[in-house]
Order: sequence, then structure tokens, then C-alpha cells
Amino acid sequence: MLRRTKTHVAILCFLLWLPLTRVMAQDWIKTGTNRGAPIRLAVPDFKPTGTDAQNDPLLSVFNQTLWSDLDNAGIFEMVAKSFYPLQSPSTPNEMKLDAWGNPPVNAAMVAFGNLGVAAGKVDVQGWLYDAKNPSFPQVLGKQYKEDATPDNARLIAHRFADEIIFRLGGGIPGIAESRIYFVSNRSGNKEIWSMDYDGANQKQLTKHGDIALSPRISPDGSRLAFSGLTKDSWQIMMFSLDLGRTVAFPRNSGDNFSPAWSSDGAKIAFSSTMHSGLSEIFIADASGAGARRLSTGKGDVSPVFNPKTNGQIAWVSGRTGLPQIYVMDADGSNVQRMTDQGYAVSPAWSPNGLLLAFAWVRNYGPGILGGADIYLMDIASRQIVQLTHDGGRNDFPSWSPDGRHIVFQSNRSGTEQVWSVLADGTHLTQLTRQGRNSQPNWSFK
Amino acid sequence: MNNSKSIRIFVLGVLFLLMVASGCKKKENPPPPPPPPKAPTATLSANPSSIQAGQSATLTWSTENATDVALDGNKVDPSGSQTVSPAQTTTYHLTAKGAGGTQEATAQVSVAPKPTPTPTPAPTPPPITDEQLFAQMVKDIYFDYDKAELRPDAQQALAQAAQIIKQKGWRVQIEGNADERGSTEYNLALGERRADSAKQALIQGGVSPDALKTISYGKEKPVCNESNEDCWQRNRRDHFTLLH
Repeated sequence: MLRRTKTHVAILCFLLWLPLTRVMAQDWIKTGTNRGAPIRLAVPDFKPTGTDAQNDPLLSVFNQTLWSDLDNAGIFEMVAKSFYPLQSPSTPNEMKLDAWGNPPVNAAMVAFGNLGVAAGKVDVQGWLYDAKNPSFPQVLGKQYKEDATPDNARLIAHRFADEIIFRLGGGIPGIAESRIYFVSNRSGNKEIWSMDYDGANQKQLTKHGDIALSPRISPDGSRLAFSGLTKDSWQIMMFSLDLGRTVAFPRNSGDNFSPAWSSDGAKIAFSSTMHSGLSEIFIADASGAGARRLSTGKGDVSPVFNPKTNGQIAWVSGRTGLPQIYVMDADGSNVQRMTDQGYAVSPAWSPNGLLLAFAWVRNYGPGILGGADIYLMDIASRQIVQLTHDGGRNDFPSWSPDGRHIVFQSNRSGTEQVWSVLADGTHLTQLTRQGRNSQPNWSFK
Repeated sequence: MNNSKSIRIFVLGVLFLLMVASGCKKKENPPPPPPPPKAPTATLSANPSSIQAGQSATLTWSTENATDVALDGNKVDPSGSQTVSPAQTTTYHLTAKGAGGTQEATAQVSVAPKPTPTPTPAPTPPPITDEQLFAQMVKDIYFDYDKAELRPDAQQALAQAAQIIKQKGWRVQIEGNADERGSTEYNLALGERRADSAKQALIQGGVSPDALKTISYGKEKPVCNESNEDCWQRNRRDHFTLLH
């Protein structure tokens, strides 16, 4: 416990220190994972407005999802429901602002509303009120209407949560509608699956029939690149989410794996043995055409673009022995080694371009291998903080679109599963439980 | 009418001739004195005459002029055969008694003790198929942790493998593998390096590069699934497959 507290203090100091030393520090660091001033938010359960049999089950899904989305956002201090007044409002004219803005609730903001099912449609009205501003309390007022299904109740909750997060979180869109792609063996072999950001709605995408690895969703969310084992080699493959099937993508000679998209969707980087028989980093058009070689290392793999500029690529190379993280310009020039010890793999570039998350066995040595953890590096200063602790082997970090969360794989529960965590190390959540699940990749939006 | 009369005369004539002939024979050949009873003969053989304990042999005998034939005291037919399975070397006696005397015959079945199963491995039968020969001559090679450099024993094995690959004109797929500890994607790269190390050694041994194809399975195709050094070592390997 003491160690965990110390860790949080360390991360907090690191994250607080960043904006001080970097005048151009991005907004998310100040408003996102800076836990110094979270907004006290009260979210009383929405109230039913109908008598339809579906009203209660959908309301229950909605209330759970909304609470969880706001709690997961990392920018709120959720006021416990036990402090709430006995009468909670379902509409603005039932709202008694004093009861919410004063102790013991002492909320800065209140989200409330109602949900009704009628004629097969679910109708949700939601408001966000500033409890400290009695003159002009309304921050948001929203209405949603969809077919009455549990999935839609969840979807509406995600949308309303994202509105609140967008409004109160410094103008950064919420992630409640984002998705996570990952590898699962639960069909019998490794295929690519997808799920909502909170682990709901898990479903199989590819039916490759042999080993499928390294899913990477395109920035517009329409295509998913992955590494597929074919009869004689690994090839970059493309799955269309619009068509629900694998579509043609050019084959190269040798083995080709670990694809990565540029954030403008124009380029794909990947690792290939086509030139030398050893894996090197290549870059090609998004169509797969015009592949050219960028690196000349022994065992180069896992490229990732700087999503802010697309002008740099981070990757892993074993050119000096154990794998280390390197960064180069997107034309292959200006190679810099970023880590100088241990076993460092799986770089993931933060959406604002400032940080690298990666998996690291920091003090590699005989007999102590096994404890890979996720670390964050401020690229400009090379300052490093440790995000996960003492929890088995952790690998393949991937950033949420808002840069506040990281999803990763860990065997801390006994088997490889997908977990998410806030970028300050809190809110650790297990997202998968069935089968073995690995290599998560968070959508761009 | 004429017909039946001539048939009757013919039959009577034949009968007369027969009566005359038999009467004449009895008179010309008086019965000889009974010959003295012949001495019996007996033969006995065993086939095969030597066996291993547990096996059996066939005794075959024949006699002549015998009225009483016995094999080791048991009455048997004048000629016949019998299967025996003695536990140790045995001599069989055949006794043939007749009016002319008694004759004996013997046959020996020698029994060798059952051979104890020898621990020396039976020489492997010569390989029948190219696949069998390939599996014998081109074996997996193993690597140190996170290393793709060939160990001395692997170098030796590959030099020998190169000879047979060259001689047979085989096409070979070299499959690089890694243990479970490293990262999925980096292990694919490591497997490529391991496969390439073997490829370079085979090329040095005279195999044409065109006959060699490499692939990495990273840690996706382990032969062993436990988390210990013995198992990890078995998974840090190049496996070779004969291509057609």
C-alpha cells in the first residue's frame, strides 16, 4: 500500500512537472491525468417515466454505464450516492440546487434525467447542472431516442457521458464510444476480436482460420490491419469493418508483420524480411503499394507513428543485443536510441505526440526475467515513470484517443488478459476474462 | 428268335471255358509254403531338429511290418506325425513290434535356451521415404536465450545436414522459434534471425540459397507448454521441414 502510494506520488509529480518544464505541454496533462483538481460530480440514478416492461432493465443498464463512463474518465471525483438527498430530480423543475451544491453532497456538477420506453423506443432526457451557479445552472440538456435495446441504452449512456466529459474535460472528446481491438484464442485459434472501451460487447471479427496477430485499426475506424499466418508466410492482411470480411491487400515476399497506421490514414509501416531475410521496418501507402525500407537493423519490429506529426516512427530493434526502443524520422534518417538497458519492446505513441508508453524489463539479468511492466517516457526529456507494478508480465500498451487511458495485456490474473488503467496508474480494470486475450489496440476516436 | 438262341450258346461256352481254365490252374500251381514273417522297420525324424525354448518341432515316423507301434510308450499309428514342444533337449523313442521282431528308432530335438532380450538397439531399418531420411539427418537445433548465434553443436549438425540436403537436392523450410517469455512481436523478429543463422550455415555448407526458405513462428508454435528452463530451451529452436 505504501509502495503504491509512493508510486502515485511519483507519477503525480512527474505529470505535474511536465507542464512546468514544457511551456507547450498539452491540455490533457493538465486537465486529464492531473488529479490535483478533479471536479466533484454527482450522478443520481435516472428515473423511469414509463411503465413498459423494458423500462427497468434498460434503465439499469443505462445508469450503470453512465456512472462507469464518468468514473472511468479520470477527471471527476464521483460523489458517493449515500450522500445524495432522498428526492433526486428527473427533470429540471424537480431540481433543488441547494441540496446538491451544499454539504454533505457539495457537488460542483450534477447529471440527472429520465428514461422511458414506449412503442419499442427508448427515450432519454439528460441534463448537466452547475450546482454552484443558481442563476444559470444548466450546462447541458440532451435528448436521445433509439430502438429499445440494451445495446442502445448503453450507447445513449456513452454519448451523454462523452458530452459531459467533452464539456468539463477541457474540450477533449470522451472515449465512451471508442473501441478496443485485440487477439483472442477463444474460438480455438488466435483471431481478432473487438469490444467497447469498457469491455462490453465482445465479438469476433476475423475468421482467418490460422494465427492472427497485431490488430491495428485505421484512423477512420473502417479497416483493420493485422498479421496473418498463411500457408507459407506471415502477411499483412486487411479486414473491412464495413464489409465484415477480409479484403485484398498486396502480399510481399518473406514474412511481413506488426503493421501500424499513420494518423492521417495515408501510410502503413510494418516489419518485413523481404529485403534481407531479417526483419526490417518498411513504409508503404495505405493500399500496400510502394513499400520501401526505412531501417537496416537485425530484428526490427513493432513500428508506430508519432500520431501528432506522422514525421517520426518509434520501433524496436535487437541490433545491439536485447531489444531496445528507437526513434527515427519517417524517411529513415536521424535514428535515436531511446532506452539504454533491459528488455524494452512494444512502443505506443501518445495522441499528443509527447509520450511513449512501452513494455520494459528494466533490470534484465539471469533469473529475474518475467516482470515486464508498462512505463511512460517523456520523449523530449527522456524522463521515465513506471505505470504498472508487480503484476506479472505486462505488454502491448495502447493509448485511448483522449490520452488519459492505456489498455495493455497482463498475465497478473494467471492468464493473459486485457486490462485498462488511467495514465496516472489508477482505475486498473480487467476488461476480458474468457480465453486468452492479448495485443489490445485502442481506436483513434 | 434267332438272336436269343445264339446268345444262350455264347454264354454257356464262356462258362465252360472258365470252368476248364480254373481247373487247369489249380492243378498246375500248388500253394507255396507261407513265407517267414518279415522283420519290422521303423524310421523317426524330427523337423527341425533344434529349436529355441517355446518353439515346437514336428516328429514324423513310418514303420513297416509292425503290429504294435509306440512312441515313448504311447501307442500310435504305424505311420504318422506329431507336434512336440519340449522345454529341454529330448530324445524320442519309436518302438515298432511285429511278428518278425522289434525295431527301434530315435530322434533328438535339441532345445536352446530362450535368448534374453539384448539391450543393444536393433539397427534401425534403412529409411524408406525421403521424409524419414530427412527427419534422421536434419534435426532441430537449439539456441541460448534471446540469441540467434549458432552453438558449436548446431554448427556441426548443420554442416552434416548440408551434405545430405545437397546430395538429395532437397528444398528445405527453416522455421525459427522462441520461448514464451519474450514479447510476441519481437519474438517473431528473433525467430527470423534464428532461421537465418541456420540458412547461412547451410549455404556455407554448399546448399543453394534457392533451396532454402525461412519463416518465423515466434512463440506461436511451442513444442512444450510449461514455464521452466527445460521447456523454454526446447522451444528456442530451429525446426526443419522438407518442402515438395
